[in-house]
Amino acid sequence: MDMKMKSHLLPEFLVERIDERCTRCKVCVKQCPFDVHYYDEELDRMFAREEKCVGCQRCVVYCPRNALIVRPHPSTYRPNNYWTHEAIQDIKKQAETGGILLTGCGSDRPVRIYWDHILLNASQVTNPSIDPLREPMELRTFLGRKPDALELEVNEDDVELKTELYPNVMIETPILFAGMSYGALSYNAFKALAMAAKEFGTLFNTGEGGMPKEMREEFGSNTIVQCASGRFGVDPEYLNCAAVIEIKIGQGAKPGIGGHLPGEKVTATISATRMIPEGTDAISPAPQHDIYSIEDLSMLIYALKEATNYEKPVCVKVAAVHNIAAIASGIVRAGADIVAIDGFRGGTGATPKIMREHVGIPVELALAAVDRRLREEGIRNKCSIIVGGGIRCAGDVVKAIALGADAVYIGTAALIAMGCTMCQKCHTGKCAWGICTQDPVLSKRLNPNVAAKRLVNLLRGWSLEIKDVLGGMGINAIESLRGNRDHLRGVGLEEWELEVLGIKGAGE
Amino acid sequence: MLKTGYKDMFLGDVRKLDEILKYAKIEGEVAEIDASDLKHKELNDLMRECVQKGVKKFILRNVCGQRYIGTRLHSVGKLEIEIYGTPGNDLGAFLDGHRIIVHGNAQDGVGNTMNDGEIIVEGRAGDVVAMSMRGGKIFIRDSVGYRTAIHMKQYKDKIPVLVVGGSSQDFLGEYMAGGIVILLGLNLKDGKHKAHYIGTGMHGGVIYLRGEVEPYQLGKEVGIVELEQEDWKTLEKYVGEFASYFSLDADEILAGKFTKLVPVSKRPYGRIYAY
Amino acid sequence: MWSEKCCKVRRRLEPDKDMQACAIFGVMNRSGERFGGDIAITAMKNMKVRGNGLGAGFAVYGIYPEYKDYYALHVMFQDKNKDAKDVVDEFLYNNFDVIHDEEIPTNPEANVDNPPLFWRYFVAPQKKGEERNLSDDDYVVKKVMYINTRIEDAYVFSSGKDMGVFKGVGFPEDIAEFFMLDKLYKGYLWTAHSRFPTNTPGWWGGAHPFCILDWTVVHNGEISSYGTNRRYLEMYGYYCTLFTDTEVVAYAVDLLMRRQKLPIEIVAKIFAPPMWDVIDRMDEKKRKLYTALRMVYAPLLLNGPFTIVVAHHGEMFGLTDRIRLRPITAGEKGDLLFVSSEEAAIRAVCPDLDRVWTPHGGEPVIGRLKKKKKDAEEAR
Repeated sequence: MDMKMKSHLLPEFLVERIDERCTRCKVCVKQCPFDVHYYDEELDRMFAREEKCVGCQRCVVYCPRNALIVRPHPSTYRPNNYWTHEAIQDIKKQAETGGILLTGCGSDRPVRIYWDHILLNASQVTNPSIDPLREPMELRTFLGRKPDALELEVNEDDVELKTELYPNVMIETPILFAGMSYGALSYNAFKALAMAAKEFGTLFNTGEGGMPKEMREEFGSNTIVQCASGRFGVDPEYLNCAAVIEIKIGQGAKPGIGGHLPGEKVTATISATRMIPEGTDAISPAPQHDIYSIEDLSMLIYALKEATNYEKPVCVKVAAVHNIAAIASGIVRAGADIVAIDGFRGGTGATPKIMREHVGIPVELALAAVDRRLREEGIRNKCSIIVGGGIRCAGDVVKAIALGADAVYIGTAALIAMGCTMCQKCHTGKCAWGICTQDPVLSKRLNPNVAAKRLVNLLRGWSLEIKDVLGGMGINAIESLRGNRDHLRGVGLEEWELEVLGIKGAGE
Repeated sequence: MLKTGYKDMFLGDVRKLDEILKYAKIEGEVAEIDASDLKHKELNDLMRECVQKGVKKFILRNVCGQRYIGTRLHSVGKLEIEIYGTPGNDLGAFLDGHRIIVHGNAQDGVGNTMNDGEIIVEGRAGDVVAMSMRGGKIFIRDSVGYRTAIHMKQYKDKIPVLVVGGSSQDFLGEYMAGGIVILLGLNLKDGKHKAHYIGTGMHGGVIYLRGEVEPYQLGKEVGIVELEQEDWKTLEKYVGEFASYFSLDADEILAGKFTKLVPVSKRPYGRIYAY
Repeated sequence: MWSEKCCKVRRRLEPDKDMQACAIFGVMNRSGERFGGDIAITAMKNMKVRGNGLGAGFAVYGIYPEYKDYYALHVMFQDKNKDAKDVVDEFLYNNFDVIHDEEIPTNPEANVDNPPLFWRYFVAPQKKGEERNLSDDDYVVKKVMYINTRIEDAYVFSSGKDMGVFKGVGFPEDIAEFFMLDKLYKGYLWTAHSRFPTNTPGWWGGAHPFCILDWTVVHNGEISSYGTNRRYLEMYGYYCTLFTDTEVVAYAVDLLMRRQKLPIEIVAKIFAPPMWDVIDRMDEKKRKLYTALRMVYAPLLLNGPFTIVVAHHGEMFGLTDRIRLRPITAGEKGDLLFVSSEEAAIRAVCPDLDRVWTPHGGEPVIGRLKKKKKDAEEAR
């Protein structure tokens, strides 16, 4: 029997038009990839199919007369703190589809944001603030393994360095671009990240999708290449052109499962880069099938080091989960030079909603726990720690470094800088801003040079802000802030939270 | 932990005026004070008392670390203070019109926020010389330390001047907003200055360097420009005064190669902020 | 790891460290000739206004010639706690050969409040079992850390051979009078300190110099990178228990100079390295070296204003932070080398100096015994 179901879902957004301002220029029709706006020639009026609107605000920004307002639809179910509007909608959607709900971006749940409960110190009287505008302030960071001591041969004025150093990579600011694959992102967006990283002197991450051949020579030295469970695009040249190799075990948005690239987004070029048939879904395996236990990880790490002649640091990226401290310790002892921890607020191009909302722990707590454990075991200098997953501003960066991180990954923030408005529809492949789509018309909307400029501006603005805060604390080199929890205080936190973070409460 | 009381190290055991008068010998308008046994406040109390008795010239002997000499004596006409020994920090802080001559080395903070007057040091000085100086002249024969002339200011024709015979260390002229700094580098073997971050944040005033300096030693707000006739007039005037105080040959000094540093932007921080 | 058990779970509520606004002074006779306390005491008196009378101390080298092969442990017993002394006595007798012990002579007339009981023990290590693998120095450090963290009201504040630290609550001249430094002791190297504490006023253990084995540190300033430095040193077994940021300097010096055998010039470049823009302009060999130093020893960069004078047998060095936020002046006359917070203090004890100078930020002023220098040259 054929069952035709009427959708019971309420529209999510309301599209309002200020009619006196509208000149029927039809820019909104051209700009909307979801087919919301349309023009009725007979009535000479514009209409909107609200049920399709995702709230990406593209038409609002581009309307030359500011005639559009797009806001959450006022029609809601009866207010209910337990059976929320979203919970009800989700059930109805599943009733209609019988599948796993997909979504994009990072978790939007109201879980406690620890960054907002941590406050920074400033020097007053007992210690001078250092003037960031006029005196030197240093943000240069080295990622990689450091030896316990240096052996030097001293002959009068001539000092010879005898210790052979492990490979380290130098970045000019402690902010890196997180792994976002070519496939999840459009080619232009991906290239913009590479260009911005090169211009500013930091690194970007290829994500699971491999690195297009034509970009390798120019951007290789600013690239972190990922070796993920799908092993997409992993060939020896790919590994050797990079500055760092990252083994992706998991990510904050969907801990425990692999990447997800819907078939809509697998075009010809993606197919070439990833070496999979066009149009098929690229759902990476959940585990890396050669890593079922910690000693296997060690095996893969050294396999990669072998393949790159031990010249590049190897990073292992994990999602922040319950036993993260022990996991990180294991990773370091397995031979990794860098540990990357992705908190549950991390974003993604596509993920089952249940993973995004319910799995993983906040990165602030994970970072504090990992840093403490590695110090207690005396192995903190054997690795660098990078954290990511919802870093929103320079304040978060400073707090992360004070808790013990060497550098941070920004993903969502970088996309927002390029134009993203967090409509959470990345998985449809219809990104109105040309960022996470493979549609040739939509991708053209993002000019890589302009996008790269926006990213460089973001890095510059944040770096200047970090310098300001450092100066205020009386520190002129970022290495003196790393792990310096004495400069943090907590407000509105419970005793156990202060204990895990290892910070005092304000006033203590 | 023991709760200990409050011990006042500045005012704690300062003696009363009648107990210390014996250290001053007054003859007409000249007073000679033996400072060997005097604390900071005692010396300054004694000097104030002498001024009230009509003294216009001081000779201070055996000075060793006493601070703020000359600070309290504003609005009492022009005095001359000669110091034998090593005066303490903040010599002539907030000085307003007097003339201080030091036969020896000075320490940190010489002429701190000085308003008017003259300080002549026959030796070297420490850090933050002429900090926030607003007027008057300072002449240092030998070298100075860090952050010399930091935030020096000027307004219309009230222009402070600092002449240093030796070399300076880092952050010379930091955040300078006005005034004239002349660094002669007479002790440099190869004429090359070694200071870094010269003029960082400078947005007013001028620095004249005798000797060579590389662009990377300068703050980004500073540029090197050619000297003009006006500049030579200024140099002749102040280097002349300098040479006369320390018995040196002004012409020989002026024959050296001079570099002029000025700020290149009135608003160097415009591009850092997002409005 | 030393002291692992007691400090395993680091309570987040460690008391605040104190900042060190103060005066420091050091004097060394480079020929090794010993002299009395007048020089150091007079110089410190000259800088009285830099402290607030709530802490002062002196370190002297070469004072116990008749016991110079034994570790001279100076122990203070808070509130004159006799029970604590019994515990310490037993511990020392079990772990060392105690050659001689006595109360440190003090002057009851001196102007100090509520002094603890001071005792000194001249000891030699008595190693048992696994501890036989430790060097003498490591053994002593381990035992000293034990007393300081486990035995209440007892603090070992000096633990080197043929040297001693004398410190407490009071102005420098009062502490000197209390311990009768000008009358009883002669040394070839004196360092002195006067303090302006705010967090732990009144605690005799908080004053400088801070000492571990024969390393002493006096320090002026506040180390804003204290949290970072401390956590790095904890990985190497040093636990900071005396609520002062000077501790990290002393432990760092012990780690770098005694255990890793790095020379003073390199250690100065670890504590106060040149800026990156200066390093980028160096020639390749130097650039590689400085980059490696900054990269590996990043957690030992001392940030914030500081002037430190570090001494051990045969060497003394003074160092300021790399942007010179605290003062230092060095002076020389014949064999005597002075370092001080203010020039006037040096002039007060030696009006006529051969040379007076101020080093660049991050450049150490080093004094070495002539004999040691000669030995080092011959060894090469």
